[in-house]
Amino acid sequence: MSAAMDTESTYSGYSHYSGHSKKAHRQGRDRHKSPRSKDGSRSEKSVTIQTPPAEPLLGNDASRAEEGQDDNWGETTTAITGTSEHSISQEDIARISKDLEDSVGLDCKRYLGLTVAAVLGLLVFLTPIAFILLPQILWRDDLEPCGTVCEGLFISVAFKLLILLIGTWALFFRQPKADLPRVFVFRALLLVLIFLFVFSYWLFYGVRILDSKDTNYQGIVQYAVSLVDALLFIHYLAIVLLELRQLQPMFTVKVVRSTDGESRYYSLGHLSIQRAALVVLENYYRDFTVYNPALLTASKSRAAKHMAGLKVYNVDGPGNNASGQSRAMIAAAARRRDSSHNELYYEEADHERRVRKRRARLVVAVEEAFTHIKRLQAEEQQKAPAEMMDSREAAQAIFPSMARALQKYLRTTRQQQYHSMESILQHLSFCITNNMTPKAFLERYLNPGPTLQYDRDRWFSKQWTLVSEEAVTSGLQDGVVFVLKCLDFSLVVNVKKIPFIKLSEEFIDPKSHKFVLRLQSETSV
Amino acid sequence: SYLISFSFQQRIEIHKLRQGDNLILGFSIGGGIDQDPSQNPFSEDKTDKGIYVTRVTEGGPAEVAGLQIGDKIMQVNGWDMTMVTHDQARKRLTKRNEEVVRLLVTRQSLQKAVQQSMMS
Repeated sequence: MSAAMDTESTYSGYSHYSGHSKKAHRQGRDRHKSPRSKDGSRSEKSVTIQTPPAEPLLGNDASRAEEGQDDNWGETTTAITGTSEHSISQEDIARISKDLEDSVGLDCKRYLGLTVAAVLGLLVFLTPIAFILLPQILWRDDLEPCGTVCEGLFISVAFKLLILLIGTWALFFRQPKADLPRVFVFRALLLVLIFLFVFSYWLFYGVRILDSKDTNYQGIVQYAVSLVDALLFIHYLAIVLLELRQLQPMFTVKVVRSTDGESRYYSLGHLSIQRAALVVLENYYRDFTVYNPALLTASKSRAAKHMAGLKVYNVDGPGNNASGQSRAMIAAAARRRDSSHNELYYEEADHERRVRKRRARLVVAVEEAFTHIKRLQAEEQQKAPAEMMDSREAAQAIFPSMARALQKYLRTTRQQQYHSMESILQHLSFCITNNMTPKAFLERYLNPGPTLQYDRDRWFSKQWTLVSEEAVTSGLQDGVVFVLKCLDFSLVVNVKKIPFIKLSEEFIDPKSHKFVLRLQSETSV
Repeated sequence: SYLISFSFQQRIEIHKLRQGDNLILGFSIGGGIDQDPSQNPFSEDKTDKGIYVTRVTEGGPAEVAGLQIGDKIMQVNGWDMTMVTHDQARKRLTKRNEEVVRLLVTRQSLQKAVQQSMMS
């Protein structure tokens, strides 16, 4: 039996294949190589299940060797046996298929929510119209004629429905900007409320009006108007609950990045933890400097040196006193006379000096390069000198004179992977077009900017997980801590309540500002 | 042994010295009820607005007569100096027709008292 999925396994360097299937599978299939995925189960994978061949793993080494190293390993099939330590096991398959289901499931959940809301909205909108039209359709002859008051009510219903439509469009018809883990409580509450409300109106209408075929048309129209009024009030409630309640700041949250300690403070109102996390993340991309793993290597190497210095020998016997050992290590490390602080100090001073020197060279080079360009005015353009260029060509012309200094500076500050030559050229032509000074051009390179400034590939932070000890739909309280994790680092968020401020007044009469001189003179007699 | 601080009063008679057209006494005063008492370095109580001797010129009549820096002037020729302004004090000391001024001063003194001498 074979499932209809293909394998893309990094383990298949060790996979074994039966002699029969080898030839058949090698023809006609493309090469699949995935050297970039370190952890195989994270990327999208599909698995081929073939009947296990009779030969054991070790016995095939000879045939594998003669096949050559890494040429066609992607095309071979992986046998799913429990004994092979490098093939994908049953648990991996289960995990992979669950991942697929989850990603599909989340989308389904989001679209399900949207469709339910849309259907409900449509029903609700059409209900008053239905209330008014149904008697006309069903028992037109029995109805009392519609007088002026009644017709006036038609106009009012029409306009109120229009206002409701515009208000709903303004408030709810927005592109969802985020995917939250749990349902948005207030929104769900409002949907339920609307549903119950409209349901009870329909119930009443069906029993008292449709069944008994009420002839008082004005009453029916007024009933429809009351429904529209109530819907407008629910819309008002929605605005207050969803938009207005969290505007007044009640909490200050401190967000600290775990890798380098960069921190910011934000003010938030009454929000649930998941919505607060959303606000924090939106501000993260704008306020925090981009995460640069190259800047952390120095502290990591220092930490490694600290731990590598001591070894513990167990003299007393084979007893495994692990906690005693670690305490002894810590105590010995504390007592050891360590000159690593000296190294750190001189290294940092040196680095600082080097950066400043390179920066000075860079600034001078860029200033000089910019002096070579002159913008042509409109009249001069018509005279058309031979070397007239557009901004891109001008950028390419002056780039070589500053390229070396810029690259050296970026290397020293470890930013070189964030700026490719193409991006630098683009930025340069952008600055030339907009009449920017050299300093404005350099602003992007001299200081590390927020994450939004850089290419999406360098972000290191696209998929976030909210880790919280309390339910994520519960509101913020004083002292709540939650963590936003992504693959490489995490943001620790600490919530504090804004203190209750007692403000009293004191009146000072403007005439009461009087002064004396304080002297200490010395006179000789 | 320990330090005892006490103040004693002294009567000092200064004969003014003629210098050109002026009669000088050879010291400087500070203080007064219109001045800032907290800036006075010589007073023990920083709210004391009395007149203090802030400088004594070497070899002048005041030094000869035994006036010392930091003395508080209580009376000048019978006139009270504890509640006068700075200018009033100056005027009382520099009256043109007086050649001798008799001051009553208060002086703080710190002395080490040896325990044995106290007991004996």
